[in-house]
Amino acid sequence: MKNNEEFNYVIKKVNAIFNDVLENDDIKINYETTVKDIDEWDSLSHIALVVSIEKSFQIRFTAKEIQDFKNVGEMCEGILLKLGNKK
Amino acid sequence: MNQLIMDLDFLSLKKNLKKDFSGLKTLNLAILGDSSTQLLHQAIKGFGYEIQLNFQIYETDYGQIDQEVYNTSSELYKSNPNFIVIFHSAQKLLSKFYESSDTAKKDFAANHIQYLNNLFNKVKENTNAKILYFNFIEINDFVFGNYGNKVQTSFIFQLRKLNYKLMNLSIEHSNVFINDISSLSNQEGFRYSFDPKMYVNADMVFSLDFLVKVAKNTADIILSQIGRFKKCLILDLDNTMWGGIIGDDGIDNIHIGDLGIGRAFTSLQAWSKQLKQRGIILAVCSKNTEYVAKEPFVKHPDMLLKLEDISIFVANWESKVDNIKYIQSILNIGFDSMVFLDDNPYERGIVRNEFPEILVPELPEDPSDYIGFLINLNLFETASFSEEDAERTKLYQEESKRVDLKKTYTSETEYLIHLKMTSEVKAFDNFTIPRVAQLTQRSNQFNLRTIRYSESDIMEITSCGEYLTLSFDLNDKFGNYGLISAVILKKIQDYLFIDTWIMSCRVIKRGMEEFVLKKIVDIANEYGFTKIVGEYIPTPKNGIVKDHFLNLGFVPGDNNWVLHVNNYKPLKIYIDEK
Repeated sequence: MKNNEEFNYVIKKVNAIFNDVLENDDIKINYETTVKDIDEWDSLSHIALVVSIEKSFQIRFTAKEIQDFKNVGEMCEGILLKLGNKK
Repeated sequence: MNQLIMDLDFLSLKKNLKKDFSGLKTLNLAILGDSSTQLLHQAIKGFGYEIQLNFQIYETDYGQIDQEVYNTSSELYKSNPNFIVIFHSAQKLLSKFYESSDTAKKDFAANHIQYLNNLFNKVKENTNAKILYFNFIEINDFVFGNYGNKVQTSFIFQLRKLNYKLMNLSIEHSNVFINDISSLSNQEGFRYSFDPKMYVNADMVFSLDFLVKVAKNTADIILSQIGRFKKCLILDLDNTMWGGIIGDDGIDNIHIGDLGIGRAFTSLQAWSKQLKQRGIILAVCSKNTEYVAKEPFVKHPDMLLKLEDISIFVANWESKVDNIKYIQSILNIGFDSMVFLDDNPYERGIVRNEFPEILVPELPEDPSDYIGFLINLNLFETASFSEEDAERTKLYQEESKRVDLKKTYTSETEYLIHLKMTSEVKAFDNFTIPRVAQLTQRSNQFNLRTIRYSESDIMEITSCGEYLTLSFDLNDKFGNYGLISAVILKKIQDYLFIDTWIMSCRVIKRGMEEFVLKKIVDIANEYGFTKIVGEYIPTPKNGIVKDHFLNLGFVPGDNNWVLHVNNYKPLKIYIDEK
């Protein structure tokens, strides 16, 4: 249950970053959301998204992680894992 | 310029893309790169909004530099660019270097320069656009370790040679300007400027944070090219030019030189003095009793700045707003060409509020941070440098003396007679071309059409046979103003069209206009032209010459002003031709 709470916290924060970077407040993401679901999410804005997430959570992704995320859920789990390792 | 421009991040530039660019001055830009340039495009376009410029950007797929330049009917040329940004990345350069044979490695820099020389020539054949070429961030692969500095076939040896040769190449090509991203990367550090995973994933050679700096640097060069640059640095004294308060602490206790944190202030003085020698006008604006404020300049052995370095020295207990107005009235330059340095946030706020055009850097609290902070802002970009620049301080000091003399005469005429003015008039030549080009770039107020020319443009005008040109210098009893006016006349059928008529604002109200007109009429007669046609193109700054042609006896034509040479009525002139 604790895990779920933390996950919800992360995805909420990531959602806000999506709204900010993609300049669309209507975007709502969930675990299954992929690039295909959001028009504004292209290869260029992906870079800005990744950099904003890194800054916001003070973490750094690896090159491979960025390629491997299949959906928003995996990305958020990746963030959670890194936050856990920082403690 | 926005005061907080240094706080911008990529995201805020990206958000600017959706703002309304209509009504902003438009410049055509082309971006050619050998790496992905889409984000650079976004950064530059977005930065344009911050400085009120609408960059219409033509961008090619990357790796198309040669195709675009060598194909004379390419989209590049069709886009009619004012500026072409050309960008080869150090990373691609490194790959190319690794593929080279040992002999080719030895000639690597020379070969790239040869290639660029041809490329730049080709651009010049096809367009008047100016080229902004990125130099190379100095990455060292350490294949030879430090020893690479002693090995001609090491990458770092060839890279540094290339950057050096680029400077020489830009001297040879007057249409080429170097975008010094190598220095920019040094300021922030390579780790800041480069994000390896973005390079791996997206072929991006600049981090998003660094893209903002690159966009600003590019814009700085462009702004200076279109005449928007800083000419004057206004300095506060207490806790800005020295540590402590001269009125309270006394001359023996202020921090400069080796005393206390004096080195922080001495660095800033040394830098200001270099700026002055480059042609930036220094003015002092201090809340102090005048003789107290001047004492260190005269007596303190560690003061690098002397009174003769300061064009206008204002120290009193009036408000800084009034004092800056006074400084502006003597210098006769726009507020937007001034920078105001003051350690006191209150004074900064007041000045910023009253003169939003003046750039007021938000100085760091710790004086030891002053110099690094200011250097990183690149406040004093310039489009040219001539020997007259170094003389500018003297010119303004002479101007102060003229203001004093003028007060002693009751009539304008009497004053003008006593100035004993003489002027040398001649066609542009190799000695005057750099200064003429500079005048076209610098003059905003007395400028009828505000057409900016580079040195190469002026050379072309001088040699192509389609124009007549006149340059004017001015001397009076106080000194030499140098070359202060230039006229470019285009020969069209039976008339001369005044393509350019510019004059330095330092010589306004000297009767120079009447003298110049007489010379234009003379040259029209000499070459058999019956009419002189002028045009006034309004800008936010040249209202001063709105009625210029009317005042000189021209009559209105179709959107222009006409003077039949036969109708010219000589006006009273107080200037003798040398």
